[in-house]
Amino acid sequence: MLNTNEDETMRIELQDIHKYYGPVRANNGVSLTIASGEIHGILGENGAGKSTLMKILSGFIHATKGTILIDACPVKFENPAQASLMGIGMLYQDPLDFPFLTVLDNFMLGLTDGLSVQADQFRNQLNELSASFGFQVNPDIPVQRLTIGERQQLEILRLLGLGIEVLVLDEPTTGISAVQKQLLFQALKKLAADGKSVILVSHKLEDVEALCDRVTVLRYGAVTGAMESPFDTGMLLKMMFGAPPSQPLRKAAQSGSSVLEMKQVYASGGRSGLKDCSITFRQGEMIGLAGLEGSGQGVFLRVASGMQKPALGEISLRGARIKGGAFPAFRQAGAAFLPASRLEEGLIPGLTLTEHYALQNKSSKFLIPWAQAYQQAQKCINLFRIKGQPQTFVQTLSGGNQQRLLLSFLPDKPKLLLLENPTRGLDLESAHWVWQRLCNYADRKVCIVFASSELDEILMVANRVLVFFDGSIIKDVKADETDADELGRAIAGKCD
Amino acid sequence: MLMNWGGRLPVNVTDSSKINQMQLSKSLLSGFKLLLNGLLTLTVVFCFTTLILLIAGAPPLAAYYHIFKGSLGSWITFGHVVKTWIPLTLCSTGLIYTFRIGLWNIGVEGQIMMGAVFSTAMLRWGADWNQPFGVIGLAYGAGISGGAMWAIIAGFLKTKGGVNEIFAGLGLNFVAQGLILWLIFGPWRRPGVASMSGTEPFPYELWLSNWPGLRIAPAGLALAIGAIFLTALILKYTRIGLNLKAIGNNAQAARLFGLNPKHHMLLAMLFAGGLAGLAGNIQVTGIYHRLLPAISSNYGYLALMVVMLANYNIWAAPLVAFFFACLNVGSIQLPMALRLDSSLSGVIQGSLVLATLAVQAWRVKRNK
Repeated sequence: MLNTNEDETMRIELQDIHKYYGPVRANNGVSLTIASGEIHGILGENGAGKSTLMKILSGFIHATKGTILIDACPVKFENPAQASLMGIGMLYQDPLDFPFLTVLDNFMLGLTDGLSVQADQFRNQLNELSASFGFQVNPDIPVQRLTIGERQQLEILRLLGLGIEVLVLDEPTTGISAVQKQLLFQALKKLAADGKSVILVSHKLEDVEALCDRVTVLRYGAVTGAMESPFDTGMLLKMMFGAPPSQPLRKAAQSGSSVLEMKQVYASGGRSGLKDCSITFRQGEMIGLAGLEGSGQGVFLRVASGMQKPALGEISLRGARIKGGAFPAFRQAGAAFLPASRLEEGLIPGLTLTEHYALQNKSSKFLIPWAQAYQQAQKCINLFRIKGQPQTFVQTLSGGNQQRLLLSFLPDKPKLLLLENPTRGLDLESAHWVWQRLCNYADRKVCIVFASSELDEILMVANRVLVFFDGSIIKDVKADETDADELGRAIAGKCD
Repeated sequence: MLMNWGGRLPVNVTDSSKINQMQLSKSLLSGFKLLLNGLLTLTVVFCFTTLILLIAGAPPLAAYYHIFKGSLGSWITFGHVVKTWIPLTLCSTGLIYTFRIGLWNIGVEGQIMMGAVFSTAMLRWGADWNQPFGVIGLAYGAGISGGAMWAIIAGFLKTKGGVNEIFAGLGLNFVAQGLILWLIFGPWRRPGVASMSGTEPFPYELWLSNWPGLRIAPAGLALAIGAIFLTALILKYTRIGLNLKAIGNNAQAARLFGLNPKHHMLLAMLFAGGLAGLAGNIQVTGIYHRLLPAISSNYGYLALMVVMLANYNIWAAPLVAFFFACLNVGSIQLPMALRLDSSLSGVIQGSLVLATLAVQAWRVKRNK
């Protein structure tokens, strides 16, 4: 056991880390060193393998191959508790707290021995810690009433209470306000000044540039370069993308007849449900849904596609009233839905590609046209450039190929495409390919509605943007009349 | 309750000519691994059972010998094995449908009982019609409907009321058992004496005809074998089979493909209940010729184990069922021969299932 005494400093070395998920190589030989007292940025686009690497470091998952050294001593974490015992704590994208307990209870969890509860002592400790970083968290309110930013602050305080020496933050600036971001950055700088190490995982250049002493860039699961502050933005971009990011694909909105109309629709689900939603979508529109994850976009898409029954309100498709939740009728009317979680909601693990096409093929009622389904599978594999065979099980396909497969199921002549994070977890090339295909639909005046957590992506392709906040649509603008700043403020709930 | 089959189901090869050399050697390798798993499991079970026998103070080898001799030692005992195999196989076949869609149809036990009750009712009603063949035919229908009805109740509770099918089935099992006891001691009691030995036997012409000597009803055997082949065909070549598998693996995604999970759950319950009801019918018409309190002989619970052990495979299930039938029949000899309780067969069957699941879990963990 290593000594994790306060005065000690820690040096972390990752050596040749590999992590494979079936054929997918999430990490492919990553090596890096993190000195104490430094703020180290791990930069890379979505799906570059950043989160995987950090989950390995924090004991959440195991590496397929490779070694972690702490102060030159190899360690192997069986679970996150062991990692935090060694002084490594991770702040996840979605806070892992207990929403119904109070702030103080959450702070005390894992700190108490469970027998004697010295609430006052911990209350003092929490207040002291919180004051030293300028955080303002009320110990006695339930965590569910905090904003994401405040929950993050609480999580940082809790990890510090556990005595961690290395703090890993996974995309910490997503979904917090500008003030909270500033506060967070101050706190991280203070931690580094106190000799603790901070690892910041991000795909946002500006955050990394503003905060980090040193940056390691990942691409396709491998290190493509490292740089010390001050940074050369052009170089970093090149390491991240290989080539400069692509130009906007956005097209001007064509106005057509109404495709989808909602009047005062309410529905439950997600963190916030959907509240008082009234909206009209027209032919040829490409609509981006922005907002923090779980702010109502998911529920909206499910209600609009007939997958979920709304509690209240009216829905019309192409001018005709339709009964909410009647998915077959929505399908008939030309609505198609592509869920974000591909293996959970979109594809059927344990079934082959051919079996999926057999399900899709409705040419005969009783017997399955196996030969036809097999041919269709082969045809679509070529057409959609899916890396797999007709007899491949879908769960062994990589994320990008799963997405291509899902896209191949979309009907030929839809009227309304509802897509939830269509490029999440895809590498840049796959993402670009997906958008090219979707733009083909848009050319045919199909109305496309997509949710995305990437503002850049929304601004790149959408011609109309809706911002969801706490279950309501708080902003509805044309894409060329807004910018990332304004949308970002709206996402954080500030609408002027 | 949904289960994830992962990659455990055999690869569905739609066009055998497409298999290339590499895949062939791959499937040989996985076949070899399966064999290894099986051997390992059997060894574990053998050691465990031997240990139990030693603790009980019985000579293990003699016990195994008696089980073998008591089941496959003569044509008479073999006949008993087949008699046990028929209802066990019918129930197992039915359970394949419900397992495929991810339902735990624990209610199969009650479904056998209701099949038996409905069949008995039909036979009693038609006893003086002088149309034995017609009445026996109608009794098949009655048995199937009885089992199916009981299963559909559990199905509706699940799809409409959100009641877990395990609890619904378990509850219905007790209701069915209560109903049988009430019938035997109430409206259908023997004139003069109501007893646990059941109702008055049916007139001889309403018994399912047997092969002389073997006491196996050819009709029952034909039905069981027919059920196996029909099920295999349905699962492989019809929409129903593929739909059940799709919904069982991911109901949410199956909806996106236009399938209705609730309808299919009811359908699977209907198949399972109908086949269990048929098993109940054969217990009544072919074996006991009356309604008994223990008419189901626990074949429902046993069938659940059979199907799990067969890894939900329609071709493996009849083989496992045959093995279980041998154990059941063979251990009847044990009390007399070795003064051992005949529940030894249950110990072997139970530990087989546990050991199989343990070996599977161990393999999965090791492969991670």
